[in-house]
Formats: sequence, structure tokens, C-alpha cells
Amino acid sequence: MALLQIAEPGMSLDPHQRKLAVGIDLGTTNSLVASVRNGVAETLSDEAGQYILPSVVHYSEAGITVGDEALSRVSDDPFNTIQSIKRLMGRSSNEVLILGDQLPYQFSEGEGGMPYLKTAMGELSPVQISADILKSLSARAAESLGGELEGAVITVPAYFDDAQRQATKDAATLAGLNVLRLLNEPTAAAVAYGLDQQDKGVVAVYDLGGGTFDISILRLTKGVFEVLATGGDSALGGDDFDHALAEWLLDQAPNLERSPSVMRSLMVQARSAKESLTDSDSVSVTLSNDQQILVTRQQFEQLTSSLIAKTLRACKRTLKDAGIQPDEINDVVMVGGSTRVPAVVEGVQKFFNRIPHTDIDPDRVVAVGAALQADILAGNKPDAELLLLDVLPLSLGLETMGGLVEKVIHRNTPIPVARAQEFTTYQDGQTAMLVHVLQGERELVDDCRSLAQFTLRGIPPMAAGAAKIRVTFQVDADGLLNVSAKELSTGIESAVQVKPSYGLSDTEITQMLTDSYQFAADDKERRSLREQQVEADRLIVSLEAAIAEDGAQLLSEQERLDLLSEIEVLRSLRDNASSKAIESGVEHLAHVSDFFAARRMDQSIQQALQGQRVDQLD
Amino acid sequence: MNLSQNYFELFDLEIGFALDRSALDNAYRELQKEYHPDRFAHKGDAEQRLAVQNSTHLNTAYEALKSPLLRAQYLLSLEGVKTGEESRKQLPLVFLMQQIELRETLAEAPDVDDPFAALEVLESQTKELEKSCFDDFQAAYSDGDLELAEESVRKLQFLKKLLFEIEAMEDRLDEEF
Repeated sequence: MALLQIAEPGMSLDPHQRKLAVGIDLGTTNSLVASVRNGVAETLSDEAGQYILPSVVHYSEAGITVGDEALSRVSDDPFNTIQSIKRLMGRSSNEVLILGDQLPYQFSEGEGGMPYLKTAMGELSPVQISADILKSLSARAAESLGGELEGAVITVPAYFDDAQRQATKDAATLAGLNVLRLLNEPTAAAVAYGLDQQDKGVVAVYDLGGGTFDISILRLTKGVFEVLATGGDSALGGDDFDHALAEWLLDQAPNLERSPSVMRSLMVQARSAKESLTDSDSVSVTLSNDQQILVTRQQFEQLTSSLIAKTLRACKRTLKDAGIQPDEINDVVMVGGSTRVPAVVEGVQKFFNRIPHTDIDPDRVVAVGAALQADILAGNKPDAELLLLDVLPLSLGLETMGGLVEKVIHRNTPIPVARAQEFTTYQDGQTAMLVHVLQGERELVDDCRSLAQFTLRGIPPMAAGAAKIRVTFQVDADGLLNVSAKELSTGIESAVQVKPSYGLSDTEITQMLTDSYQFAADDKERRSLREQQVEADRLIVSLEAAIAEDGAQLLSEQERLDLLSEIEVLRSLRDNASSKAIESGVEHLAHVSDFFAARRMDQSIQQALQGQRVDQLD
Repeated sequence: MNLSQNYFELFDLEIGFALDRSALDNAYRELQKEYHPDRFAHKGDAEQRLAVQNSTHLNTAYEALKSPLLRAQYLLSLEGVKTGEESRKQLPLVFLMQQIELRETLAEAPDVDDPFAALEVLESQTKELEKSCFDDFQAAYSDGDLELAEESVRKLQFLKKLLFEIEAMEDRLDEEF
């Protein structure tokens, strides 16, 4: 008789049972989920056999629909049909307003400047809407894998900053997913091709989607992926190819009616013609007026060559940023449905002078790479060699006097990382300090991304410069930041987990990186201007304090008025003049107030001496 | 992980300025494979927190040994000599004069006939100086002359800043042409 096996409640009967883990590509236009089954990573499809889920959510009183069904409501219920929500992740209301008519939604401002979208189901944040997409993918995975998910790896663009990463992670948490790791999209694509198995090399990931183009240059050294540079165009993609072809078709059919519905169907026809031309040399298009037009591949290539050239120019710029020559690239990986166009592959091949990797479906490659990583992170492959060590995409710093940014952790530092820096007070008796955390490469606060602000209170009153405040930055393996501040003499502490109030746009972040080089010189002049302004402020504050304290006793009325008017002169210079002029203004005021400083010193020496005498008498 | 070990012990390397870079890289990767948070992604909160701490420590140690200047500073810190930003160690006048000259050359570079060639010459001069300072450091450190070793590190900080500025100038001129 066989003995019955009885397991502890909650314990697995089979200790070798695999944990269910998925990789999710949460895209601007489309999202996918993939998982490793029987040693192979595959994308999971819905009941209809579709593996692509359009990143569209429709809200109505009847409920929430996601994907194709939601997409079909775009024209009849545009305000409640949310598309491209990824562009809003980690952004502030102000930035969303600037995007303006690109987004046909109605916004309201929520707590902490977070934008909310008005829908039939109330006001919803981008995080909540993304969570609805993730919930749909998670339900699909649980159904097709037959069990509860242990965890998920979610991909994010390499240039996503802290706020955008945090927003993505929050969306996953809201969807009930345990995030094993946030993974950079280009890194995931490289993992899908097993490039992590190589000893070292430089990889270019060319990602041409429906509406966006990204190019990333990665360096790989024994399982360590480092993002050297990212670039691209947030408004260039396959849709522009369709558009170019549709325009041409219109030119060929002068008699065709130009109504919105005809134009819409023309775009659909252009798209399907484009797809046919991937495998055939020509395709015949029948327009709504029954006119037949033959489109050859050559014709199509002529129409789109300038679009491809535009992506290659972005590649060139990004290589320059990375400090890499095209012939130093060892592998080129193609991502995104639009890379199926043969002319794109040819153009990329010619530019990099090497055959790009195209074996894996370019729509699925990011999700596949994420699934491979998820399988390892869930503990299914204890002997796996793969370990992805990431670097910080953008420098982190703090605001110091005069609106300058003191970098605490530089970009490209391996993460996780912790770093502490000590700061001090600026004014006598200062009891609180504002800690303003910024991300970016530029020197001035206004040019960097503000991530969080908090106040450390209860600093005991001391002379300026006497208090010691240690600010500690801790960045975890996902690139998420925690900041704490501590006054060392009293041990008073304050901490904040940096929560998304907003984030950067794709182009903004590349722009910020380029700017940091371009404006290095410009920054220098502005920096020295700020430094002189700080210098001027310091002198004005201390002189005014001294006059208030000892002016009546040590100055004649005329001397006092003279000094006050000299202070006013410097104050107006400070606001209006160049750094050089302020510098000489500071020198001048220091010079004309010398006699007062000397009298104060005499007085304090006398008081000290007097004190001694009294002591001695006792 | 034993956090009280010094960074050289941590990576099983001999304490000293000379460093087998590939041995450091390998030891770093092996330890990260053992301690990185990804290895504990499926474990409990406490283990994950510990992993973040350990992995952070490894990155700090790796960064400190990887760069020759940071390594020199770390070696001195093990001997109780602090060489941070606050160090006000007086440098020989000859060195300071030379620095002023090099900086003047840098400032004038945009106005000469071939600025890129001028910057290249300046860069190789500076790198040569840097190399000799590293040699000085190594000699002084192994002789146990910490005063001299500290002076070399201080000089190296100046030279590193200068190299950084030469590069920035190159970038700037690149943009203009």
C-alpha cells in the first residue's frame, strides 16, 4: 500500500515545482506578457490567440475594458478611451498641460501636482490607468499558466528617471503584482538574444515602434550591462510610414472623395500594404472608388527613405554621445514592429556595417527578455549565470545656496548604491533646512528635474556653518531612490521615499543630457553669477545684522545712513549686474564697511577684557 | 558578508597600489552573483534589505579600488590619512606655478591656430605628469612616507580636475566647429 504524502498547509507538495513568473513589456502603444515554459520563453495570448494587447483602456459606467475592445471605442467615446498613458507616467499637471492638444483628455490636478484624467469612472491617475492594463495582462497570465503569479519583471525605457520608474512600480503594486525587478527595455532585448552570454561587447538596440523611435548603446562586460547613451525621436514611428504611403495614394487618385472616413480607411489600407510589402515586391490597393493602384516596394522605399535617414542621424548622434565609433558595435538588435520593413533592416545594416539580429519577433523581443530574467529572479534557475548589474541613468543631487545643484551620485554609477554628503547652515540661528532632491546633468536647479523636497526641522540654533547635516541617498537595484537627512550633533532625522510627482518626457531627458554638454560653458558664467550673488547676499545679511545689533552704539547717524545706502547699491547690483560687476560691488562694500568691522572687533575685545577683570576681582 | 573587512580583503586582493584589474573584476562579479538583490528577489523582505546593503557595500568597495586615484586615497585612509575635499595640504610652489601655466595654456587654447592640436599636447603633458605622480605615490607609499604619499594624492586631485577641464574644452570646441 502506498503511503499518503501529507504536506504542511501552504507548503508545496513538490519542492521542485516551478514558480510562475512573467515578463511584461508595458508599452506606449502595445503591451505584452511572456513567461518561460519548458525552458522556452514565449509570449502569452488571449482566448482569441492575440498576444499583443493594445495599451488602451475604456472606462464606462458598465465597467473597464482593455485592449482591442477599448480601442474600438476611440472614435465614439474619446474622453473615456485612454491611449498612450505611458507618456504621462511620473509627470506633473503642469507638464501635462504643456502637452496640450496632443492629448484629447480632460485633466484635473490632484494631490502633489499629480495629473488626474476625468473619466466616466471618476478621476483617475496615470498610475491607476496603467494598473488596469497590467491587471489585464496578469489575469491573462494566471489563466494561461494555471496559477497565481509569483512575480513579474516589468520593462521601462532606459532613460526613465526615478519618478517614472517609481510610477511604473506603483502601477504594478496597484495591479497586485509582485515586482521582481524593473528592467531597461534595450537590456531585455539584448538578453532575449542571449548577448549576456558573451564576454564583452558593445550592443546597439534599434527600437522603431508605432509612434516612437529609440536608440540605445549598451556596453556589456561579463553580465554587466551599462547604458552608455540613449537617443531617438518621440514622434517618429511606423505610423509615419503609413502616412507617407497614404499621401502618395491620394496623389494617385485625384477623384477620390476626401472625407474623414475615406481618410481613415486609407490609413488602414496603407498600413496593410506596408505589411504586405515586407514579403512581396508589389501589392495592389483597391480604393473606395474602386480604383486600383499598384504599389511596388521600390516606390514605398522611395517614400520612406527620408524617415529611415532620420533614425540613422539619431543613431549617429547617440553614438557620439556614447563616445563609440560605428565599427566598435559588436551586435545590433532590432526591436519594434516597424523594423520588419526590409528597407529599415538594410539601412541599419549599412550604417553599422553588420547584420542586425532579427530572428526574434521584434514585437515580442522585449517581453521575451523580461520573461527570461523573471524566471531567474523567481528562483527557478538557481545555477543561472545571468546577473544584470545596472547603472544610474541620470545623476542625483541636492540644491545648495544660489540655486546650484551639488551632485551626490553621478550617472553611470553601478546600483544599488548609497552615498552621504554633509551640508551646513547658511545663516546664524538657522533651525530648519530644505532638502531639495534633483535629477539631471546640468549645474542649475532650474535645468534639472525636481524629484522631492522635504524639510529637516529642529536644528538647534548655531552660528552659520556650525551645524552638520548629513544627507544620505540610497538607490536600490531598480534605480529607485530613498533620501534621509540627519543633523549630526542632535541626531534629529527626516527621511522621504521619493514618490513620483512627475517625470520627464522621452525627448526632454535626451535633451537634458545633450544640454549638459552643450551648455557647460554657458553654465559656467551663470554659475559664477550665482556665486557672486550668494557672496553679495552673505555680506548684506551679515552687515545688516551687525548694524541692527551695534549700529546705534558704534555708528554716527550719518555713518549708519551711508552704510545703509551702500547696501542698497549692492542689492541693486546683485539683481541686475554681471558677475564681475557684483564681485567689485562686494569688494567695495566690504571696503567701506571695514571701519565698522574694526570698531566691532575692538568692542568685543574690550568686553572680553572687561569680563576678565570682573572675574579676577571675584 | 563581513563588513569590517577592508576592501582589499573583501575581494581577496593584496593590500597595495598595484592591482590586478581582472582579478578585481572577477572577484566583484563573483561576490555580486552571491549577494546581489536579484538573487533574493523571491525571498522575504529582511533578506532583500540585507542584499541591498551587501550589494551596495560591494559597489562602494569596487568603485574605491577601480580608480587609481580613489585607490590611493583609500590606501591612505587605511593609514588614518584623510585626503578628501577638505585637505589643505600645502603643495610645493614649483608645482603650483606649473599648474597656473598649464591652466593658462588651456584658457588660451581656443585662440591659437589649431586648438585641437594644442589641447592634445596639453592633455598628453598632463597625463605624463599624472603618471609620474602615481609613480611618486607608489614609491612613497611603499617606503612608508605618508607625508609624501599624501602630497602626491593632492597633486593628482589637481591634475584630475585639469584633465576634466581639458575634456570639457574639447567638447565645447567640438560644438562650435
